[in-house]
Amino acid sequence: MTPSFGAIVKYIPAKEEFLTAYTPYQAEMSQGVLQSIFEYQTEICELTGMDVSNASVYDGATAAAEACAMARDRKRRVTLISGAAHPDVINTVRTYCYGTNDEVKVIPVKDGKTDMEALKAMLTAEVSAVYVQQPNFYGLFEDAEAMAAPVHEAGALYILGVNPIALGIMKTPRDMGADIAVGEGQPLGLPLGYGGPYLGFMATTTKHMRKLPGRIVGETTDDKGNRAYVLSLQAREQHIRREKAGSNICSNEALCALTAGVYLAAMGPEGLKEVAEGTMAKAHYLCRELLQLPGVKLRYEGPFFHEFLLDMPKADEILAALDEKNILGGLPYEGGVLWCATEKVSKATLDEVVAIVKGVLA
Amino acid sequence: MKLIFEKSVPGRRCAILPACDVPKAELPAELKREVAPLLPEMSEVDVSRHYTELNQHVHGVNCGFYPLGSCTMKYNPRVDEEMASLPGFTSVHPLAPKTAVAGCEEVIETARKYLCEITGMADMTFQPAAGAHGEFTGVLLIKQYHDSRNDKNRTKIIVPDSAHGTNPATAAMCGYQVVNIPSAPDGCVDLEALKSVLGPDTAGLMLTNPNTVGIFDENILEITRLVHEAGGLCYYDGANLNAVMGVVRPGDMGFDCVHLNLHKTFATPHGGGGPGAGAVGCKAFLAPFLPHSALMEEPGHIQVRGFRGNFLVVVRALAYLLTLGREGVPEAAKNAVLNANYLMQRIKGTFTPAFDRICMHEFVLDLSEFKKATGVSALDVAKSLIDYGMHPPTMYFPLIVHEALMLEPTETESKETLDWAAEVFRALYELGYKDPAFMHAAPHNAQIGRPDEVKAARNPIVRYTKA
Ligand SMILES: Cc1ncc(COP(=O)(O)O)c(C=O)c1O
Repeated sequence: MTPSFGAIVKYIPAKEEFLTAYTPYQAEMSQGVLQSIFEYQTEICELTGMDVSNASVYDGATAAAEACAMARDRKRRVTLISGAAHPDVINTVRTYCYGTNDEVKVIPVKDGKTDMEALKAMLTAEVSAVYVQQPNFYGLFEDAEAMAAPVHEAGALYILGVNPIALGIMKTPRDMGADIAVGEGQPLGLPLGYGGPYLGFMATTTKHMRKLPGRIVGETTDDKGNRAYVLSLQAREQHIRREKAGSNICSNEALCALTAGVYLAAMGPEGLKEVAEGTMAKAHYLCRELLQLPGVKLRYEGPFFHEFLLDMPKADEILAALDEKNILGGLPYEGGVLWCATEKVSKATLDEVVAIVKGVLA
Repeated sequence: MKLIFEKSVPGRRCAILPACDVPKAELPAELKREVAPLLPEMSEVDVSRHYTELNQHVHGVNCGFYPLGSCTMKYNPRVDEEMASLPGFTSVHPLAPKTAVAGCEEVIETARKYLCEITGMADMTFQPAAGAHGEFTGVLLIKQYHDSRNDKNRTKIIVPDSAHGTNPATAAMCGYQVVNIPSAPDGCVDLEALKSVLGPDTAGLMLTNPNTVGIFDENILEITRLVHEAGGLCYYDGANLNAVMGVVRPGDMGFDCVHLNLHKTFATPHGGGGPGAGAVGCKAFLAPFLPHSALMEEPGHIQVRGFRGNFLVVVRALAYLLTLGREGVPEAAKNAVLNANYLMQRIKGTFTPAFDRICMHEFVLDLSEFKKATGVSALDVAKSLIDYGMHPPTMYFPLIVHEALMLEPTETESKETLDWAAEVFRALYELGYKDPAFMHAAPHNAQIGRPDEVKAARNPIVRYTKA
């Protein structure tokens, strides 16, 4: 992201009206917020290939948990989640299921990816949903499309958790057979902010629209026949349904959704594609260069997006040496180091990283 | 207004990203996207103008009076925004090593210390992202507590019928059966009704105090005592803490856990619907059950979202606390109460308060008599306010008051604004008798006329589709 580019994404959501309005309960004085959400919903639908998006939930992990809850019914009370999903997502889904007294089973991981055979064996008649992350926590692309058929044959819903930047070039969750697409929207122009506020996006097909939680903005007409936007399908929500509501969500992450909308508008389809390609290219460059160094090995082979897990000697020393130079290296994970690079980092910086690692390993 | 997609011009670009300076990496063919997403194609100036046009169709606290009850629409000092936008906060990765995040952790620790003091709690988590999310977390503390004692028969959560919709929805999300109890005629908890449902199956009570009609429940100590006596725990919905912060503490009222809406009480503007933060405080015996992040702390705990929560909201809350200080916090609360009582007294004589007594930070008008006399509903009055540039109060909530309008002026409004608002209400009261038809058709000078909500629900159009 170039500095001038980032600026518009920062300035627009800081406008005081956007900043200080409440949830747009009064459509007659909130058309600006409502339209911005309608546009955001459209963009999320376009990215995911889905028919309907909500106005946001808290973050990627809660989006996953809410999606699992959407899929549940009286007979189907078991949620399957890939062991290659983000640990915070797994833990959050577990917590929501602890709440509703439902069961979670983690699908084993094989060679860094969801174990397809294990999944098939776990698909019983009690399974309501299967959650798979694409690309997964190790950075690898799953054979996500191949999993859709067995999941559907078992009568369960298929939920894909996706990286929104990857969607600039990656096949949509809809085309991979998903019923619900969710994800963490932070990469869409939101600051890291030590963990939040972030943005959970959720989209699904028309079939499941009335089970989608949270605010949804719809188009209608006013009493003069002019186009107007309103909070719609409210019969799903807690203020109407109370204990029978599918979710208790009330406030969401509207300003973050607005930010994502500005980001996507500023980016456009071409820009988003370039960001996705740049991200992937930088990560692959870094991976290739690090693999040249003595003792460094890729834990799992296979196509990846922008993260990869390396086994490397002296990992602690390497990360400390990078820290010395104000570089946040990879994440120590399962005995290896999970690295990540995006379009924002230059080749020069990546070369510096490699030089520092080389120095430690020499 | 045109949609952004209707302004889009194929091939137009906004930002030119620097050329990629490393070799391209190819996505395997079977993973490639087939059709490019329909995103806007615009120049930067056109993006800016589009959002400026949208922004001009938003009523914020900065535009005018916003007495939306239960939402605490106070003016938030911009210095808090300034603090939350410091790069030392905004650019920190949540998984950065401990040495790199000491400042962020100090923010959390300091905010925890002050907010525990304000609530009378022993510990606090900032992981929940909103009030409802805090409720979910808090009720899960109750659930874990009973589970840890192997007390499996406690299957019910008691919720007064005046409660916010998130309370019963939360109890259900935590696997509990919801027991709704009717309120007493004074809007408070009916002690007899409470006693009649308390028992060995009681997991807990969820209560808002001051309650949703703006009244501080005088029996609060008795209520929490009764629940405890039955073996249940008491959950405090802190959405209304603005009335009592620094004056009285939920912990001292006998509550075991509490959520705060940092976005209401502690200075994060609401952003058109969020983000907020639902800090959850608890007494020491519940602290072992507080949530942790699987990646950041020790596993084996509940976790309600990723990482630590909406950290930048916590930064704002701390900045607000530090600027108000020990004297400022209770002074803000007292002024909120004073403003609400002043406005209620000024309106009295026209519209009727549902409960004619000293209120806390908000009060509810009951327009059922007015409606009977004029045919003009609370909705008509609300829509008429829009023509005056005033955001309507909360409508038709709480459910125990018919034709309810709930007003929360907050401490940041001046006497002049309150006097003006009272005059507007008086004018509308009189107009109701003179020209009800005009009010049925209100608003007359707004962005749009009344929208057809039934049509929106029957024939949902929830995204733009290119013609
Ligand atoms: C009394 C009460 N409880 C809970 C909530 C839910 O808070 P949030 O919207 O932050 O989830 C609200 C918000 O309107 C409220 O007024």
